[in-house]
Order: sequence, then structure tokens, then C-alpha cells
Amino acid sequence: MIQVNNLTKTYNGTTVLNIEALEIKQGESFGLVGNNGAGKTTFFSLLLDLIQASTGNIVNHGIDVSKSEAWKPFTASFLDESFLISYLTPEEYFYFIGDLRGQNKADVDALLAKHEEFFNGEILKNKKYLRDLSKGNQKKVGIIATLIGNPSVVILDEPFANLDPTTQFRLKKIIKELADDPAVTVLVSSHDLQHTVEVSDRIVAMQKGQVVKDIQTSQETLKELEEFFAV
Amino acid sequence: MISKFLYLEWKAFTRSASFASNLALKILMGFVAAYFILIFLGLGVGAFYILKKMKLDPIVAVNQFLFYYVVMDLIVRMMLQKIPVLNIRPLLNFPIKRETIVHFSLGKTILSFFNLLHAFFLIPFSVVLIIEGYNPLLVVFWYLAIYALLYCNNFINILLSNKDGLFMIFLGLSAVLAGLQYYEIFDITAFMGPVFQSFYNTYWAFGIPVLALVALYIISFKYFKNNLYLDAGLSTKHDEAKTEDLTWLNQFGTIGTFLKNDIKLIKRNKRSKTTVGLSIMFLFYGLLFFTNGIPMYNNPTMHIFAGIFVSGGFLITFGQFVPSWDSSYYQLMMTQNIPYRGYLSSKWWLMVIATIITTVIAAPYLYFGWQVYLTIIVGAIYNIGVNSHLVLLGGAFTKTPIDLSSGKGAFGDKKAFNIKTMLISLPQLGLPMLVYWLGSRFDSATTGLALVALLGVIGFAFKEKAFTLIEKTYKSEKYATIAAYKQKG
Repeated sequence: MIQVNNLTKTYNGTTVLNIEALEIKQGESFGLVGNNGAGKTTFFSLLLDLIQASTGNIVNHGIDVSKSEAWKPFTASFLDESFLISYLTPEEYFYFIGDLRGQNKADVDALLAKHEEFFNGEILKNKKYLRDLSKGNQKKVGIIATLIGNPSVVILDEPFANLDPTTQFRLKKIIKELADDPAVTVLVSSHDLQHTVEVSDRIVAMQKGQVVKDIQTSQETLKELEEFFAV
Repeated sequence: MISKFLYLEWKAFTRSASFASNLALKILMGFVAAYFILIFLGLGVGAFYILKKMKLDPIVAVNQFLFYYVVMDLIVRMMLQKIPVLNIRPLLNFPIKRETIVHFSLGKTILSFFNLLHAFFLIPFSVVLIIEGYNPLLVVFWYLAIYALLYCNNFINILLSNKDGLFMIFLGLSAVLAGLQYYEIFDITAFMGPVFQSFYNTYWAFGIPVLALVALYIISFKYFKNNLYLDAGLSTKHDEAKTEDLTWLNQFGTIGTFLKNDIKLIKRNKRSKTTVGLSIMFLFYGLLFFTNGIPMYNNPTMHIFAGIFVSGGFLITFGQFVPSWDSSYYQLMMTQNIPYRGYLSSKWWLMVIATIITTVIAAPYLYFGWQVYLTIIVGAIYNIGVNSHLVLLGGAFTKTPIDLSSGKGAFGDKKAFNIKTMLISLPQLGLPMLVYWLGSRFDSATTGLALVALLGVIGFAFKEKAFTLIEKTYKSEKYATIAAYKQKG
């Protein structure tokens, strides 16, 4: 369970994020939508303790993320390419993350084999360093790396951007599978309303740093969101 | 059109990250620049009279060594001068003639610092020559010839850029030539001196380098024009990747994981390779101190200084940029299940192993006597015991992101300078020199050495304490570091 209390983030007097209270239950598949500058990435960065909150805190499974690092073993995330180590090959990167998460080579290999379809033959054994992969392929590596070590919280920022249609489709399948596991909480942010509605059972819309909509996904959700954003 | 380009260049210059740093740093950079300009000016004016005093014909003496000057210039360029390729990309799809783009980007290199610097030496020297009654016309010809050669270097460097191995070959070749000259086996200057002299002695010889320069410009122009495509000259080189397991490091646990990563980091990035190259050059630095090459350097207190440099080349060049080496993926490191201590320990081990290896490689210094080698060993002990902790601590305040792909800036990044880092680095060299001086002053040189070694051992004994302090500092600097690393270039 993730709990947000009175969270604000202010840069030079401008409040970019202000969430009074928000609770994400364990096993929930949580979608975050909003325009540019709505505060999605800021929220994820705060959740990962990459930036400091101006007030309030986030508690991840009982751990205040800014006070202790004990949330790290069970939380996996991919925000952008700066999460990749450019001079490694994809395999080396996966094993490196595996080492950090206490997985041996066989465990990682098993996971990679399972997602061979997602890689579409463009990632493994390609004699390329991560820095030389296309944006889309880099994203694939980053997303699969978050699954190493069976984390119970998975955070993906804009996972659908830069992916080709087939891969988007496959990614939705992967996220849904994750969401079906009652022990895994998935947090996904996106500009794409339809994708988010499809993979999430709860959607929060943000605008100018505030939560403006919080809905359990239903048949009407997509329409409701489209109406909200069509200004 | 050119004025538009100049406008872009001006913006690029004034808005570059290194220029936009704080005022104190700008003033300091100004002083450093002024210092170098003054040195060159002084050399230019002074060289004539110094050589005259030594009963040499100044122009003959200078010509004798110009060969090395020109070769060193080429080597320095290969190492540091960067060819501005990427800036061309955004211009390609605009209605600008390809020729204009190429002429401009080649022309831009003419104003490079690497070319202008020589003027500070050559112009005053030439002026003094004319004042002292040398034939003005011939002096001008000579000046043109030398500058043409230096500009030839400029274009050779452009044409040969991206060929990593060449730099080492040139360096090796000139080291061999210098060695042969030192031991009086073969004197290249005896052959090249008269060639340079002919630029002054004849009215026509200066035309050769000038023509060579024109030819090189045309070749570079054609080469660039034909390669002005995204998939040709403007592409970035893709190395074929090879997955390496380095499984033998697994036995070291978490530290092994990081060591594996660090080894790959060093092997696969230009910037880190340059750093290792530099630290190898530090090995030879000691020669200046122990060979009487510079008499001022040849005293015991300076020897311990050399001992620290010789054994700690890698520690100084690589260590001062921890954790910036991991800057491009620092966010990943901060969200992974990583104990800070493990991360820092692996860097520490890397530096310790490198220091030990360097000290072993430095064994030929035994040629200068066991006292010299002992100084180097003591330097190594101090490096391992004290300096390794100090560079790690300083690293917590070094918030300069490193662009791994570029080889530039290995000679101490300008932006990496800040007061805290400097205060921490003072004891790196100052303290052992002071202790050694005290020891040798009141007792003997051996006591001095023993005291410095003792400092190292004490530092080593307090390793755990030091690490706790370093870890705490890294934690408190965490957010500032992440924010700084996000701003690239």
C-alpha cells in the first residue's frame, strides 16, 4: 500500500504538485493521466525519493521513502533512458540489475525467455550497446528490467511512448498480467487515455499538480476522460 | 548567412554550461587564461635573450626544437581538440548551401584556442627578432611557415579524427625519438633543424608549408562535403558490442557486481580511456623529478610529491570524478537496491588495485636508487590510506555530469572546480609534503618517509570510520547531485 500525505513540491514559489491525500492499495493497477506539466513525473520522482518534497511525505508499504531506503528491494521503476547504463549490452544490463536484486543468471535468463516475444528479436544477442539501440528498443529493455526480482511495486513513466503498435499491444498484456497478481501494485503514467484505461483498474487525472479526477475504471471511463481533456 | 552562423556560435559559447558557471569561477578561469598567455608572452620575448645569453643564435636554436614543438602540438590536438560535428545536424535541412556549411565549420576551427595560443609565443618572438636586426621580410616568411605548419596540424587532426590508435602511435614515436636523442644515438633535430632554418634562410621555402596547408584545406573540404550525410560523416560510430560476464568477479559479492560494471565503464567509453591514458603518463611524471631534468624539482620534499603522483595517477585522475562516472544513470543507482557502502567500496577497491599495479609498474624507478623507489612506495601507502578516502569524500561535492562519449575535459573539468573539493584536495599533496619536510628537517629523510607511511597506515586503520563519514556525506548531497546530473552539457 502506498499512502500520500499532504504532499507538495514547490520550485521558487511555484507549487508544481499538491496532493492532500491519496491511497493506492496493494495489488491495484493505478493509472495516472494528465497533460504536460500536470505533475506526473514529479509525483513518481517523489515516490522514488529522487527529489525532496517541500511538505508531506509518501509512505510505501509502511516505509517513509525519504527517511529509509528499505522500500528499494521491493520497488522497481523505469522513468526514462537515464535509468539505462549506456555502455552495457542489454544482457549485461539485465544481469547487473539481477545481481542488485539478488537474482542469479538463471533467474534472469528465465525471465528474458518469457519475454522474448516482447523483445521481437531486436534486443538480445544483437551485438549492440544500449546507447546504440533505438529509443523504442531502449524502452523495452528498461521496462523488462523492472520485472527482475518479482518486485511488489512497479512504476512506469510513459511506458507506451516511442513503442511501435505491436509492442504497445504486447506491453498492455504484460501490464495486465502484472495487475492480475494481487501482490503487485502497478503504477503507470501516460498521455494516452485509451491505453491507460485498458490496463488500469483505477485512474487518477492530474492537472497543474492537483488530483482532479479519481475513478474506478468502468465502461464509461474513457468517455468521461475524453470529455474532461477535450477543452 | 555567415553572420547568422556567427550569431549561433556566440549563443552557443555564452550559454555553454562551463561559461554559465558562477562568477568566482569565471574570474578564476580568467586568471588561468591570463597566466598562460603571460607565460607564452614571456617565453616569446624572453626566449630570444635567454638563448642569446647562452651564446646561441636564437633562431637557429628555436628551429632546432620546432620539430618537437609541432609534433607535440599535433599530439595535444589529437587528445583534446574536438571536431564540431554535431552542431551541423540542425542546419542540414535548411536552405543553406552545403559548401557554406563546410567552409564555415572548417573555418571555425581556425579560431580554435589550440591555434591562437601559438600566436602568443610566435608573434613576440618574431617582433623581437625584427627589433634585433634580423631581416624583417624573412622573419615574416618564417613566421608564416611555422603558422602554416601548425594549421596543417589543425586539418590533419580533423581528417584523422575518430582514429583512436593514431594518437598512441604518434606519442610512442615521439617518445622513441626523444629517447634516442637523449641517449645521443640519433638526433632528429639535426635533420629537421636545417629544414626549419631554411624557412628563414631562403625566400621560397616558406611556400612549401603554405601550399601544404592549402592542399590540406581542399582535401578536408572535399572530404567533409562528400560525407555531409547523417549516415556518413555525421553518424556516430557504433562499436560492435560483446557481452562479457567477468564471472571471476562474482566471488566478491556486491563489490564484484560494481567492479564488473566499472571495468566495462573504463573499457568502453572514450572519456574513461583517456583518463587511463593520462594516469599512465603520470607514471613518467616522476622522471622530471628524479633525473635532474628540472633542478628545482630535485629535492627530497618534491620527491615525495612525485612519489604520490607516480603511484596515484589513476587515483587522482579517475577518483576525483567519482561518482560523476555514473552520472548518466545516477537515478537508476538511487532507485536500485544498492547499499551506498558497497558502491563506494567498489570504487575504493578499484583505486587501491590500480595504485598497487601502478606501483609495481613503477619498479624501473629502482634505476635511480632504492631511496627513490621507496619514496614511490610510501606515496602509494599514503594514497591508499588517506588519498583514496579524500577523493571519495571530495566526490560527494563534485556535481559535474560526465559525458562518457567525449574525450574532452580529462585534464580536470573546469566545472568540477568548487571550493569544497579544493579544500579536501589540499591534504592530498600538502600534508605528506609537510610531514616529510618536518621529518627530514629534524631527523632524517628516512624518518620523513616513515612518518608519511605512518599517516597512510593510520588512514587505513580508520577506513570504516572514514567510510561512515563519506556515506553520510553522499546521502546528504543526494538530491543536489541528482538534480545536477540531470542538466546535461
